Amino acid sequence: MPIQRLIILRGNYQMPNMLILAQKEIRDGYRNKWISVMTLVMAGFALVLAFLGSAPVGTTVISPLAVTVVSLSSLGIFFIPLIALLLSYDSIVGEDDRGTLTLLLAYPITRSDIALGKFLGQLFILAFAIIVGYGSATLAIASFGEMPVADLPWSIFLKLVFSSILLGCIFLALGLLLSILTRERGTAAAGAIGIWLVFVVLFDMALLGILSSGASSLIPDDAVKWIMMASPSDAFRMYNLATNNETALLSGMSGLRADQVVPASILLVFLCSWIVIPLFASCVFFQRRAL
Amino acid sequence: MIELLGISKSYGRKKALEGISLTLSNGQCLALVGHNGAGKTTLIKIILGLLKPSNGSVAVLHGDPGNRSFNRNRRHIGFLPEQVLFQKTLTGRETLAFYARLKGLSVKTLDTYFERVDLLGAADRRVGTYSKGMRQRLGIAQALLGQPKLLILDEPTSGLDPVARQNIYKILDEEKRKGAAVLISSHVLTELDDRIDRVAILNDGKLVAQGSIPTLRHQIGMHSQMKISADREICRELMTMFQNEIPARSQFAGEVILTCPPARKVEILGKVMAFRGRIQDIELTDPTLEQVFNAYSTSDHSAGELSDA
Repeated sequence: MPIQRLIILRGNYQMPNMLILAQKEIRDGYRNKWISVMTLVMAGFALVLAFLGSAPVGTTVISPLAVTVVSLSSLGIFFIPLIALLLSYDSIVGEDDRGTLTLLLAYPITRSDIALGKFLGQLFILAFAIIVGYGSATLAIASFGEMPVADLPWSIFLKLVFSSILLGCIFLALGLLLSILTRERGTAAAGAIGIWLVFVVLFDMALLGILSSGASSLIPDDAVKWIMMASPSDAFRMYNLATNNETALLSGMSGLRADQVVPASILLVFLCSWIVIPLFASCVFFQRRAL
Repeated sequence: MIELLGISKSYGRKKALEGISLTLSNGQCLALVGHNGAGKTTLIKIILGLLKPSNGSVAVLHGDPGNRSFNRNRRHIGFLPEQVLFQKTLTGRETLAFYARLKGLSVKTLDTYFERVDLLGAADRRVGTYSKGMRQRLGIAQALLGQPKLLILDEPTSGLDPVARQNIYKILDEEKRKGAAVLISSHVLTELDDRIDRVAILNDGKLVAQGSIPTLRHQIGMHSQMKISADREICRELMTMFQNEIPARSQFAGEVILTCPPARKVEILGKVMAFRGRIQDIELTDPTLEQVFNAYSTSDHSAGELSDA
């Protein structure tokens, strides 16, 4: 009986609209070679960094994996936001441009379904590229290394993969919001570059500039870490580098006093709200977007 | 199926639509005709609930399309936008399957749709390889999904060759007979088929005329031309006979051109027929749809008089 009921359920099963949209996004990503190119690029970077990083270490207490993680998180900060923005800036404004948005909205689907379905599809593409790209490179390192594979500090690697996906999500959500707020593809593309520059390059440079200048005395010591939270990429950096002894040592974060570090749980909350808030704003503004 | 009452839509100061009232019931086909920018697409977007009218009430399939709960009714609406570019990387079948799933339909019966629009052979090719006409036909197949009760097609025949265009009208006729209400828009009246029941002409956001094509022709009072070839003498006789009643002229000897108002056409023809046997030829030209359309589309109605063409 239960099996029969299951079959009947399967027969009548209708995929939620959000997933239908996500599925189409993934298929399109596969067809236009986005997925394969991104995965190859990720794997390539990871491999190069891993082999360069593991060469001089020899037999120290620090595992080659930790070196790789530190290099990868520094590289990922630049690379992952860029890929995520490229994937997402076109989501809505592009559909509008092609006329498919008007068509889609004539179907029994809500605007939030469209926005979140696109986001989910892109998230899958990005996560696949990160997991397969980083994973294959790391497996290569592990099998060439002297340390037994089981003894490697896999937890820091998993943390890197997890937080990289989180970082990607943030910029996918920001890109989606940008795509909803703009009327022209060109504006959206320019906005994507702008977001990337501000959060990945300029914010850090400005903060560094202020801290190394005389103005630094105006900022209380313990406020710095909170100011850094205003940029998702800095929260990502802190999460990967400062919340683990081995990576902290390698990246020069070990000199921090306990009160200069934000605990991992709070960092995660920050990162997650960087995803949730833009997504929520996307749904709200999409509702208001005129066609 | 569709009931519009006093619809207006303005963007800031610009009025896109003004006081539009229209009804469309099932089994009917209504053509919305007007120049580019006359407000056809805006009106269609209001009917679909994609735009909210500034004034007036809309009822589509007994619901308010601006309402959130209208989503249930959307299953019964087939729509083809004016311009739609499907994802080039997907095949025709994948594209149609995507839309069928959104309507909660089975994706196993898609072949019948491809067959109806003559696209079965290309169903498994990528949309990127399609010609403009093929893409348009894929769009029409998409609109037909799930046998809609209301079919709205924005310029369905653009980019189609005459054979494909006839096929579209055949499909529309079939859908009409199954009880669907069909609304199509076009910017050329001449492209419309006899199978259209009613025409609504939009000009500059206003509904200037509504009715069947013959009614419209009659309403605007456009004159028909009667060209009579006969001997000089007969011609002279005809000229003196009609000169005081209607515009009559003679360009060449042995030819008279009479301009008849629609109401007097038969009467005048009868008078001319009295000369039967002495007349070589009669050529009667009714105003073409193009001329009717132009007459309605220019706000000044007197311009509708057929000029000495």
